[in-house]
Amino acid sequence: MAKIRGAVTVDAERCKGCELCVHTCDKQVLGMSEAVNSKGYHYAYMANPEACIGCTNCGIICPDGVISVYRVKVEE
Amino acid sequence: MEVNDIIKPENLVYQKSRLMAEKQFNFCPGCGHGVVVRTIAEVIEEMGIEHDVIGISPVGCSVFLYDFYKFDVVEAAHGRACAVATGIKRVQPDKFVFTYQGDGDLAAIGTGETMHACNRGENIVIVFINNGIYGMTGGQMAPTTLEGMKTTTCPRGRDVKTMGYPLNITPLLAQLDGVCYVTRHSVHTPANVRKLKKALRQAFENQRDKKGTSIVEVVSNCNSGWGLTPKAANDWMVENMFKKYPLGDIKVDGKLVMDMNAPR
Amino acid sequence: MEEREMRLMKGNEAIAEAAIRAGADAFYGYPITPQTEVMEYLMETDATARTGMAVLQAESEVSAINMVYGGASTGHRVMTSSSSPGISLMAEGISYLAGAELPCLLINVSRGGPGLGTIQPSQADYFQTVKGGGHGDYKLLTLAPSSVQELADFIALGFDLAFKYRNPTMILADGALGQMMEKIYLPAQRPRMTEYPDWATNGTPVGKERRFVTSLNLLPQEHELVNIRLQKKYREMEQNEIRYEMIQCDDAEYVIVAFGIIARIAQKSIELARAKGHKIGLFRPISLYPFPYDQIRELADNPRIKGLMSVELSAGQMIEDIRLAVEGRKPVGFFGRLGGMVPTPEEIETALYNYFNIK
Repeated sequence: MAKIRGAVTVDAERCKGCELCVHTCDKQVLGMSEAVNSKGYHYAYMANPEACIGCTNCGIICPDGVISVYRVKVEE
Repeated sequence: MEVNDIIKPENLVYQKSRLMAEKQFNFCPGCGHGVVVRTIAEVIEEMGIEHDVIGISPVGCSVFLYDFYKFDVVEAAHGRACAVATGIKRVQPDKFVFTYQGDGDLAAIGTGETMHACNRGENIVIVFINNGIYGMTGGQMAPTTLEGMKTTTCPRGRDVKTMGYPLNITPLLAQLDGVCYVTRHSVHTPANVRKLKKALRQAFENQRDKKGTSIVEVVSNCNSGWGLTPKAANDWMVENMFKKYPLGDIKVDGKLVMDMNAPR
Repeated sequence: MEEREMRLMKGNEAIAEAAIRAGADAFYGYPITPQTEVMEYLMETDATARTGMAVLQAESEVSAINMVYGGASTGHRVMTSSSSPGISLMAEGISYLAGAELPCLLINVSRGGPGLGTIQPSQADYFQTVKGGGHGDYKLLTLAPSSVQELADFIALGFDLAFKYRNPTMILADGALGQMMEKIYLPAQRPRMTEYPDWATNGTPVGKERRFVTSLNLLPQEHELVNIRLQKKYREMEQNEIRYEMIQCDDAEYVIVAFGIIARIAQKSIELARAKGHKIGLFRPISLYPFPYDQIRELADNPRIKGLMSVELSAGQMIEDIRLAVEGRKPVGFFGRLGGMVPTPEEIETALYNYFNIK
């Protein structure tokens, strides 16, 4: 029985900290960093990576297109 | 499996379109403009028309549209995008021409040009971002600003008696014979973004098939102008903007599908 | 010398016929007296069937000039024609065309103003055309025909100059030229363009960088460079594109300076004056921008010449440029009619005698 595992990368420098991805994610994968980027924005990151299923919703909703999504089928 | 094992090129399922240029968007954090601009690029990339497309940027928050795309774009004077599009399309009928306009550009200063391009049934795509406010100039009232909504030029709320009513322009344009497709969408949820993408694809296909003018309206947030966080702005939009500007198809394939008699 | 077709034509119709033969790609216009026949002729003769060019009646002059802007951005030969109030409406678009460095052909068949004015001829759009009209530091290469033949010939020339400099060319005509009929020799049909300049936004070529057309630059350091580049272009025009005609100036004691229809009338005035033994000549600027300052200064430098007189269908606009050229060397008189009135040759003749006390 295969399980879907996902992961996302966030271009932290280009993230504007709008948090829409955090709210959009159904699996509560994303959170906002403590640190700020060079523009002073907190940026999104995978706070809870195990839960990611690579659904691409965060990538789609990101206004700045800073999220890339990966997905793989893992044989259990 | 480790995260690093998942993040490999062969596992990539989503990234921004390769037609996006390096330049960072000048839009505010959380603004709907960013999603629409990216979605248009995806449609153009998927249709393989990047060498045959010319975009027209307006005056407004998206004035620098030409900086964001890796295809030809022309800047237009405020409100004139539909006339510029006509000028381009009439000498280059085989190219895909689209305008990208805000509510001031399309429904205030550009009302004449918009209306007549639609009336002529120009084979173009008009992308209309309706956020009920003039964002770029600092948040003034737009034709689509809701009754009672506060902006810098109606600080006590829009008073319809002196300032006119919110202008629901797309159903008006839908009544013109030259217009084949009018549809209203949003980008506040992934499901809605996917619907918008389908609509944009349909619009460009209509242009390919010379069916007349397609108008894709996107009701969007303007979190800066509305003084809310992006998430709160989207919630406010759903509660308020959608009431006056409900999502859905207004005209498809030349036929009105919206109930024109329903109260708006 | 190529065999040219001869026809008796009205000015406005000659503009249209010449546009078709110049291989124009599009005409976007709006009706306004006294130039509406330009578009009517294009439609009547079915220009689109003849060469495939687009002819479109826009909903306003504002729309028309922006259609021209769009067409011009694709590197095609596009044009419009209008008359004074319509040209005022186009001012924004003209500034954008100049700022974005787009070639196009504009024609103003001037009428009396200001405001809605009258439909009779005037030359009171001189300032608007050569000193601005639209906002910002830009210049329109401006040609002033004084015959229907010149009007027709300037169409192809206007397009070519526009593309040479990537700048709009304006033909400043007037209602008299637009409406009068003269025998002219039409140029042969030349093909429409098949290749377009590299800067044109007509679909990114495969393997090449995409293009964009804009007149916007929010960084003043960069925008100053844009303006400096425009100014360099204008200095080049001033070097290379001065056009004028001198009639009977070799022995003249007084010189009338006039353009357009007035130059035609003034020729008759000179004939009348010469018959009375007076030595009068005519200096006719053909390019109003760039203005033939040096050539007029040369006349003023000539000890034989006692004075110049500007004759215009206005309260005196070109006279300011004549005075700049003359720089006080000789007196510069003025005679003008306003509001659409056109003087007779005798009126001009009398005005000259009166101003310079010629008995």
